[in-house]
Amino acid sequence: MYVEFALQHAWLVPLLPALAFVAIVFLTRPWKMLSAILAVGSMALSCVIATLAAYGIFTNPEYAEKPLVYATRWFSLGMPGMPALQIDVGVQLDPVSAMMMVMVSFISTFIFLYSIGYMDGEDGFSVFFSYLSLFGASMLLLVISSNLLQMFVAWELVGLCSYLLIGFYTHKISAREAAKKAFVTCRVADFGLLLGILSLQIVFGTLNLTELSERIAHFEEFTTFGILTMIAVLVFIGPIGKSGQFPLHVWLPDAMEGPTPVSALIHAATMVVAGVYLVGRTMFLFHEVESAMQLVAVTGAFTALFAATCALTQREIKKILAYSTVSQLGYMMLALGVGSLTASMFHMWTHAFFKALMFLGAGSVLVALHHKADVWEMGGLVKKMPITAWTFVIGGLAIAGIPPFAGFWSKDEILAATFAEGHYVLFAMAAFTAFLTAFYMWRMIFLAFFGKENPDNHPKESPWTMTVPLLVLAIGAIGAGWLGTPWGNVWAEWIYFGHPHHADPNFIVMGLSVVLAVAGIGLAYSMYLKDTEKVKAKAMAEQYSTAYRVLVNKYYIDELYLWFNHALVDGAAKIFYLFDIYIVDGIVNGIGAFAKVSGEGMRVFQTGRLQNYVLIFFIGVLVVAVLMAFVGPSNAVPVIGGVK
Amino acid sequence: MLTISLTHYVILSALLFSIGLFGVITKRNAVAVLICIEIMLNAVNINLVAFSKYITPIDFTGQIFSLFVITVAAAEVGIGLAIIIAIYRNKLSVNLDDFDLLKW
Repeated sequence: MYVEFALQHAWLVPLLPALAFVAIVFLTRPWKMLSAILAVGSMALSCVIATLAAYGIFTNPEYAEKPLVYATRWFSLGMPGMPALQIDVGVQLDPVSAMMMVMVSFISTFIFLYSIGYMDGEDGFSVFFSYLSLFGASMLLLVISSNLLQMFVAWELVGLCSYLLIGFYTHKISAREAAKKAFVTCRVADFGLLLGILSLQIVFGTLNLTELSERIAHFEEFTTFGILTMIAVLVFIGPIGKSGQFPLHVWLPDAMEGPTPVSALIHAATMVVAGVYLVGRTMFLFHEVESAMQLVAVTGAFTALFAATCALTQREIKKILAYSTVSQLGYMMLALGVGSLTASMFHMWTHAFFKALMFLGAGSVLVALHHKADVWEMGGLVKKMPITAWTFVIGGLAIAGIPPFAGFWSKDEILAATFAEGHYVLFAMAAFTAFLTAFYMWRMIFLAFFGKENPDNHPKESPWTMTVPLLVLAIGAIGAGWLGTPWGNVWAEWIYFGHPHHADPNFIVMGLSVVLAVAGIGLAYSMYLKDTEKVKAKAMAEQYSTAYRVLVNKYYIDELYLWFNHALVDGAAKIFYLFDIYIVDGIVNGIGAFAKVSGEGMRVFQTGRLQNYVLIFFIGVLVVAVLMAFVGPSNAVPVIGGVK
Repeated sequence: MLTISLTHYVILSALLFSIGLFGVITKRNAVAVLICIEIMLNAVNINLVAFSKYITPIDFTGQIFSLFVITVAAAEVGIGLAIIIAIYRNKLSVNLDDFDLLKW
């Protein structure tokens, strides 16, 4: 009965946090604890409903084939020469959205809970929780959308919330700049997505996901292959920005300026996975276009490798995590590009747990060290902060891909899918990224939590509101992957595109990924823990100083964009400025000058003498009279203007 | 025996009008200009009455119209003289050439 209720009322899932947002903003803002409880409580309730609904979906096999959709007409417009624009809003429940719904609400609940401890005593405590609620609500709305336009609205809401939250510390210039950067970068990408959505409406006449997938399956009746390719690429631009794929990844590391729970929320449960989810949702579109799939796969693999190399030399704990998120999102895109929705969603699911865990762990460290973020200045934290440290280690094992932790199963699924599809170059890139991931993650862990203690630090363990989420997420980081082990792959039976399929367990690939992960950790151990003075690390940085500088400066991508901005945008602005000054203003001033000069000339006729006027007047009368008399009235009409 | 026809009236009227116009344009004295305007108006009156007599003798439209012109002319002269007196009080002159205030 409860399950049936949850299935029919899944719209409550985004609505409850949205109501919490309204309530906090308008009613409970002065009472901090009440606001926080409202936010956490509404999200927890959403999580319960989402879990019940997901249970309903997963116990009824027919929903995997035919999603449960209920929708209502939002508005409709008729335009001549085009299919009528009919926009629905509704809920589409199938295994993918049910899984996402549970993941988002579950992770968000614990991040909200953690925020109570993290944001303790900060200004704008209630406002922070209202933004968090809106953020969660937007993401949940995006997840259950049955319509692309509805999804786009939620997509933009997510972008807005990320702007508000990244720039939450409004007194910090860097935070404001980062918020702007995130917003503008995403807007650039969203423009592509919007064009894609509009093209879909124009070509196929609907934006409802289910109808769209039916129509695109035989797209020849509607459009050509070329246009479909263009639409797929346009739609993909949105996820490039939102999911931080190369070359629009620049906002993600800067987004670390926000409070740590926000970073965790953005990187694990909301925002960045929206892009991957959107591609997964519109898989029917990409599936038809081989080249678009390859674009997705190559972008994903390249981003994974690129971001992993960037992470190698970063010093700030959250920046390292940020690049690792970009890298892991690349994995998810790669999985989508090789056609495995199963692997992509699986990695998103496990990644949400261990990445949320690691961000919250990093936040716990930052609180303990009064926001000293450089991992080189930490060390030995494990003694003072055992819960944070050991849960972080679990996260590190999970992301490195050590069995039986969650990341191993999902990463292996991606590697196996890539290998099975015959993309050997992409496979090599992904495998090498796995090695790098293990290395930079454990570099950070060894530097921050083990080794010599820094005498300047006086850390102490965080309060229960922060450690409980860490423990819960650590359990997730261990066990979330057991849904998709090669023995009894429950995951692949439920989450798939087209028909259930997944690469057979390839024990060579599996063994290789474990070896690479262990090698990465081992290398990190020998360079950063065993070698207490970090001689080898420093020697390497000196020996390959050019490469080191390039990596520290993140391949100068930001500088490139700045240069582009200076050279092209400012240059064009200068040209337009001159155009404005000389051409536009010239025309306006010219008209004014003409009036002035002609006025100068004409005013001599105004003598002010009555008799001059009389003379001229009667000369005029005379002329009229002569014309009337000699030319004739009808011929005179045009000359004297209508007098008959 | 020469009979007086419409043409004679019209010629007389034209002559009077021209004399009045000449006065309006050339006279310096504002009062003289007013008098000349009266001459022009009376030339028009002669025209009206003459056309009324020769063309529409049955209904008196032209003659009644000339009565209106005389009335309006009286009023106009009254206002005109008042203006001239007002200007004279300010400028101590009735010379129209001194009244070129509305120029550039």
